[in-house]
Amino acid sequence: MSEKEIQVKDKMELTEQEEHTQPGPVFVPDVDIYEDQSALTLVADMPGVDGDHIEIDTKDNHLIIVGHITPAAGEGEHVLLKEYNEGRFHRKFVLADIIDQEKISATMKNGVLTLVLPKIERAKPRKIAVTIG
Amino acid sequence: MAILKWTHRPFGVELADDFIRLQREMHRLLSAAGGRPGVNLVRTSGVYPALNLSEDAENLYLRAELPGIEPEQIDLSIEGDSLTIRGQRTISEADKKVNYHRRERESGYFRRVLTLPSPIDHTKVAAAAKNGVLTITLPKAEAAKPRQLKVAAA
Repeated sequence: MSEKEIQVKDKMELTEQEEHTQPGPVFVPDVDIYEDQSALTLVADMPGVDGDHIEIDTKDNHLIIVGHITPAAGEGEHVLLKEYNEGRFHRKFVLADIIDQEKISATMKNGVLTLVLPKIERAKPRKIAVTIG
Repeated sequence: MAILKWTHRPFGVELADDFIRLQREMHRLLSAAGGRPGVNLVRTSGVYPALNLSEDAENLYLRAELPGIEPEQIDLSIEGDSLTIRGQRTISEADKKVNYHRRERESGYFRRVLTLPSPIDHTKVAAAAKNGVLTITLPKAEAAKPRQLKVAAA
C-alpha cells in the first residue's frame, strides 16, 4: 500500500439540469470502478448513508445510485466549525451491454457501497456436427 | 418560411422581458454570494479529514466523514486542549489482476490536530463510528459548562 498522505478535497456538488423534488444539497460520491474476468465492481464512498437508505435503480441502461443520509447532529447543537456539508448522494452511470442487470448485487459497510455487476454469459462456441447423407 | 415580422412584438412581451432580466440579475447575485441559497459556506483547513465541530450545554461534538475506515484504524489522542486524529485508509483491491475504469477514492494516511475551544473532561471522551462517520463526544469540564445564576431580590 502506498504511504502517501490523503489530501483533503471539497465534496463535489451535483450540477445537474434536472430538478430534485427534495430540498438540500446533493453530492457526487467518489467512485472506483474495476473490472475482472467475470464482473465489474463499483465502489462508492457515501459516508452517513445507512444500508436501508440506498436506492439503486437500473432503467434504460442507466444505473442510478441515490443515498439518503441521516443528519449526524443532534437536537440543540450549536455549530462552531463547519468544514463539510451533509447532503444526499446521487450518481448515474450508463451500463454497458455486457452487464447482466438481473444479477447486480450490493453491499454497504462503513459508509462504502460495493456493487458487483456480473457480465453476461458469453455465447459459447458450438460445434456443429455434419451428418453425411 | 416565416411570414411574421419578428420585430413585431405583441402587447406584454416587453413586460415579460423585464421579469426575465430581473430573474437573471437575482440569479447572478445569488451565485456571487456563494452558490445556491441554503448551502452553508464551508471553510476548509486543507488537512484531511474535514471536521465539523458543534456543542451543546454538556458536550462538544466533533465529526468527520471517514468512509471505509474501520474504527480500529483510527488513532485518537488528546493532550491539553489539542486533539489529534491519525489513521490510515486502505483500499482493498479484490485482485491485483483487475483493471480500473475509474479511480477517485483515495488511500493513504492522515493526521490532523484541532485545538478545542473549551476545556474538556479527558476521562470521559467517547468516540463512535457509524456508517463511515466518526463522532467524538467530548464532555465539557465543569468550569466550562454554562451555569444559571440566581439573582437574589434585594
